[in-house]
Formats: sequence, C-alpha cells, structure tokens
Amino acid sequence: MDMVILAHVIILIFLVATALAAIISRDLLESVIIYSAYSFTITVTYSILRVVDVAMTEAAVGAGISSVLFVAALCKTKRRED
Amino acid sequence: MLIETVLSRIDYIVTVILFCIGLYALIIKPNLIKKLIGMNVIETSVYLFFIASADVRLGPASWQWAGPSEIADAAQAARVAAGQVALVNPIPSALILTAIVVSISVTAISLALSIKIYEHYGTLDTRKIMRLKG
Repeated sequence: MDMVILAHVIILIFLVATALAAIISRDLLESVIIYSAYSFTITVTYSILRVVDVAMTEAAVGAGISSVLFVAALCKTKRRED
Repeated sequence: MLIETVLSRIDYIVTVILFCIGLYALIIKPNLIKKLIGMNVIETSVYLFFIASADVRLGPASWQWAGPSEIADAAQAARVAAGQVALVNPIPSALILTAIVVSISVTAISLALSIKIYEHYGTLDTRKIMRLKG
C-alpha cells in the first residue's frame, strides 16, 4: 500500500477518535483541549490533501484562536458539565 | 476491490461520521459549550467534504502549477501542455478559507451569548434554563 494513503487513513482514524473523545468527556476544559488536538489533526489532513493555504488558516484560527476563546469562556462560566 | 473503493472514498466516509458525531452533540448534550464544540465539528466535516471533492489523486497542488517550460521533467511538461494532467481544484479551498473565518466569528458570538446566559441564569444546562422563568 502507498505510504501516503496509509498515513492518511491513520490520521483520519485519529480524527474520528479525537472528535468522539471531545464529545464524550465530562470535563469541559479537557473537552476543549481535545478539540484543539482535533483541529491540529484536521490541519494535517488538509496538508495531505495538498491544500496548504486552508491548512495554515485552520492551524491559526481553528486550533489557536478558537481554543483561546473557549478557555476564556470557561473562565467566565463553570468548568464541570452537570 | 472493496478495500480500494473504500480507500478512494475514505474522506467522504469520515465526513459522514464526523457530521453524525457533531449532530449527536448538538442534539443530545445539554451543556451549551459542549453543543458549540459539536457545531464546530459539524463545520469541520463540511470543510473536509469540500476539500475532498477538490482533491485529484496524483495531480499537482494549485501552488505547484507552472508553465510547461518551468517543469523539469520533459514527459510531464508535454502532458501538462496537452492538458492531460489532473490538477487540484483551487475554488473549494478559496471558499473554505472564507468559511473558516465566518465560523470563528459564529463561535465567538455564541460564546459571548453563553457567558451572558450564565451570568443571568447561573447555569449552562439547557434543561434547567428551559425550566426557569424570567
């Protein structure tokens, strides 16, 4: 099998796993951090699909600013989901 | 044969799975922040769908496009000149670049509203918010 396709499949499996973990987790801060990892994983997916401009924007906006906004909102509200 | 078909469509399969995960969070989870994370997952799955539709296996990316004279490989240059080489479509990436910026704005506004809801009601649980009056 082509190594790029193998890497692509592994990254996609990790993508689904991080999405599930971000949804299932009870701790909201943990959930936000896993969502940040999800964003970085989908950045790698975009790079493999050779759209590097979208990958760079997603890395800066999706993984960077989005996580900062979520953590700032969690500071203003409750951390536990109940 | 089946494995090859699945592998060539793996991006679309993952898109559907991610959409379902996000929709589950958006419908089932009571917490507003968790709902927002689910909404972001749905948006990302739509981006992945567009990007996957732009991808052409073994074609050069849009930033690698060059005139036939700039390509070192003579046979490849002849194929490009004859229009026989598939290229990655740049239009979906331009659309998605705009959509990413819109999605971060939507997330910021929603988080600001969530903070206001927490200050007013003291909870982020939608089941409790629905029961409260005033």
